[in-house]
Amino acid sequence: MKRSVILATVVAATGMFVAACGGSSKSTSSSGGGGTSASSTPGADTAAGAKGGTLTTLANAAPSGSPDPQVNYTLQEWQFLIITHDGLVGFKRTSGAEGATLVPDLATTLPTPTDNGRTYQFTLRPGIKFSNGKVVTGQDVKATFERLFKIGDSPNAGTWYNAIEGGDACVKTPKTCDLSKGIVVNGDQITFHLSKGDPEFLQQLALPFAFILPADTPAKHVDIPPPGTGPYKWSEYKPTSAMSVVRNPFFKEWSKDAQPAGLPDVIEQKFGLSVQAEVTQVENGQADWISNTDTIPADRLPELSRKYSKQLHVNPLLNTEYMALNTNVPPFDNEKARQAVNFATDRSAIVKIYGGPQLATPACQVLPPNLPGYQAYCPYTANPGSGKWTAPDMAKAQQLVTESGTAGMRVKVNSDTTDVHKAVGEYFVGLLNKLGYKATPQFLSNDIQYAYIQNSKNKVQFAYSSWFADYPAPSDFLQVLLGCGSIHKNSNSSPNIAQFCNKDIQANMDKAGATASEDVNTANTMWAQADKDIADQAPWVAMFNPKQLNFVSSRVKGFQFSPQWYLLLAQVSVK
Amino acid sequence: MAEFAFEPEPAGVALAPGETAREVAGKNPWLLAGRRLARNRVALAALALFLAIVVVSFGAPIWANHIAHVDPFSSNVNGTTVVDGKKVEVIQQGGGALGIGENPIGPTWQKNYLLGADSQGRDVFARVLYGGRASLLIGVGSALISCIVALLLGLVAGFFRGPVDVFISRVMDLVWAFPIFLLAISLATVLLTAPDGLQWGPVRVDPASLWIPTFIIALVYVPYVYRPVRGQVLSVREKEYVEAAIAQGASTWRLIFVEILPNVITTIVVMLPLMIATTILTESALSFLSIGVQPPAASWGTIIEDGQGLLYTRPWVAIAPGIMIVLTVLSLNVLGDGVRDALDPRAKLRLKRAKVGK
Repeated sequence: MKRSVILATVVAATGMFVAACGGSSKSTSSSGGGGTSASSTPGADTAAGAKGGTLTTLANAAPSGSPDPQVNYTLQEWQFLIITHDGLVGFKRTSGAEGATLVPDLATTLPTPTDNGRTYQFTLRPGIKFSNGKVVTGQDVKATFERLFKIGDSPNAGTWYNAIEGGDACVKTPKTCDLSKGIVVNGDQITFHLSKGDPEFLQQLALPFAFILPADTPAKHVDIPPPGTGPYKWSEYKPTSAMSVVRNPFFKEWSKDAQPAGLPDVIEQKFGLSVQAEVTQVENGQADWISNTDTIPADRLPELSRKYSKQLHVNPLLNTEYMALNTNVPPFDNEKARQAVNFATDRSAIVKIYGGPQLATPACQVLPPNLPGYQAYCPYTANPGSGKWTAPDMAKAQQLVTESGTAGMRVKVNSDTTDVHKAVGEYFVGLLNKLGYKATPQFLSNDIQYAYIQNSKNKVQFAYSSWFADYPAPSDFLQVLLGCGSIHKNSNSSPNIAQFCNKDIQANMDKAGATASEDVNTANTMWAQADKDIADQAPWVAMFNPKQLNFVSSRVKGFQFSPQWYLLLAQVSVK
Repeated sequence: MAEFAFEPEPAGVALAPGETAREVAGKNPWLLAGRRLARNRVALAALALFLAIVVVSFGAPIWANHIAHVDPFSSNVNGTTVVDGKKVEVIQQGGGALGIGENPIGPTWQKNYLLGADSQGRDVFARVLYGGRASLLIGVGSALISCIVALLLGLVAGFFRGPVDVFISRVMDLVWAFPIFLLAISLATVLLTAPDGLQWGPVRVDPASLWIPTFIIALVYVPYVYRPVRGQVLSVREKEYVEAAIAQGASTWRLIFVEILPNVITTIVVMLPLMIATTILTESALSFLSIGVQPPAASWGTIIEDGQGLLYTRPWVAIAPGIMIVLTVLSLNVLGDGVRDALDPRAKLRLKRAKVGK
């Protein structure tokens, strides 16, 4: 998913992604997504604390879009939703790579798919109650998925959950959605029948869109998330001031892995301060954490590093920052021109702009480290072979530009106006001019840049973008961002910004997707090969894989960073 | 604003304080104005300051290429420079236990990186000089265009009156009805996002061209100059010497350009320095909002924007261009007042009377 906000609902409303990219297309969305925590990262604090108190967090603005759990597509709200609601399965609530593994949540066990990956059978845990006191039943599960379609604009209804039998009909006529064939309830037994196998179906069930809601939840947007089964319940949601959750009196811990009991009594998030002011408040102990949606200004980093190093936590993310090269528009319709820019790019300079080597690692490929299928590969470096980027090779780059015959062409470098992205854009304007192009900048507001660069009508040549994993799967990067099915001409929702489509690579990716449900290791090897093949054709200048910097107050204990949910708010002690 | 309060007196002999009618009788009014300006030490000091800023700004290439030996437009993130005989990185590690954050080098107070570097590792002082060049070019260019267009429109509307006047004045009202920055931002957003720049027949304007902010700023300020000019033309058109020229059968163009224009041009001359100050401020604001001068080119506004993210650690990046804007605008305002006093001494007396009346 994309870190910037705006488009999730647009994508959903227009239904642009309907199964277009081989079963795993994702819409753009807001902040964050997966990541990979490193429990041994500097400043990590694993000491568990006591229960009680109020955890006060800060964000510049409320989560974008509707607060409805089946519509909202922001990590900012998801970090709260995962402690108020549960799915049939969930990602293990822990730091480190283990946090990306699936565990049974409301279901007793993780099902093994049958019928060529088309049937999943779950058994509900008995006696689990919503925060309104009602017991969770199979009918709630079925009603939840029907509501997901009935609500009309759930971002991935038409791309993920339409795999459930009857789902496509529900996409067409949401109001009369009936999933009786796709979800069969028999007491505590719930059986999902899919119209086609989807190896990522369980991961999709672990995301908040699929969190179980009471059957009587109205099929329209709610102003505050409805009752859930987690250790907390929503008590406030005011987009102009704050949102907060308090303890759910009906919660009893059934699985420490899936949904551990929370430590603070109240968790709140206040909106409205500038990030500079947020940093100062956390320094002063007036607040405990700055939301991941707000990037700590580079100007404050040295100060934090010197004075507050024990309160800082640096964790790697499942994220790649890249410049997309439009493969349909000159000069980058020429493979040698694309490779030339890749050879010329000084990734260490860009890492410096981002905040230094402690906060980012140079990258040459699409898949980030720690993602299944990742194999280090970097052909665009001086002295290639080690898989790691070491230095730019300007001589090789100049030679490729000459061979391509593209020197002297005009290139518009597109980026948004946030500090780091703009600085990277400026860097590339200078670099392209050095390579012999006539480069000019085109910096657009953060609100419109992502939509603008996706639309083929705008003939964007060279554009900054980034991608965060919705969940840890290679298809979430390769199919979504570089699959032929992800190109939607003249649409603002066309995540294949490079408009890259190679039929051989596409066939291999499709094969890898099909293999995944039977043999994950073989599938991952195939994804790794696709990653290398794509890197060779250079539709991107992959720049770096960033790390997440969390700044917490001095009273915060028990910091845990999940690769899927980032900081686990309920596991923090402020007592 | 002071400049829009200016209303020249009807033609007649205007005496500056200390002048006698005999001294000014039969003298060229421009010569008289020049003498009056030369006696105004404050205005002369302002003129000297403005010229100094112009000279320094237009000497930017000499400073960058032959003295500091820096490239103020290329990213130099991984570069090094020599400070006190030691080789140091232009962007340095933030330090602390975690070693996160990267700091541009601060002021070295020597010729290279005199005021330090920005987040791209570029020499701030050299950029401030180049930025002055862009800001002055855009400020002066847009003020000139604005004044010339407003003068022509004011002459036509004031002379022909009737439907022509109504049409031009309503169009000006329409432009004036938009808040200046909203209009400028809207225009800039459209022009800067045009995929292939602007194309008028064989003329192509690149989105990064300085002409775009120049034209945008000129356009939004035309009504501000147009109104006083039109008022002046309406007044002058009724003078006896114009009626005499009409009676003698003078052509329309002769009436406009020979009889009326010389008598309204002083309005433009007085307004020009003040307009330049206003347009420089507008340019800085637009560039600060990323919709004026486009990086890596520099203007004072873009440099302030670059420095915004460095206020805690490297405040000089934002302060230096800010000081230059203040000095330039101050000098132009004082100069504008001096020019007004020189061309129309009664205006000063009117202002004094108005103050006493209060």
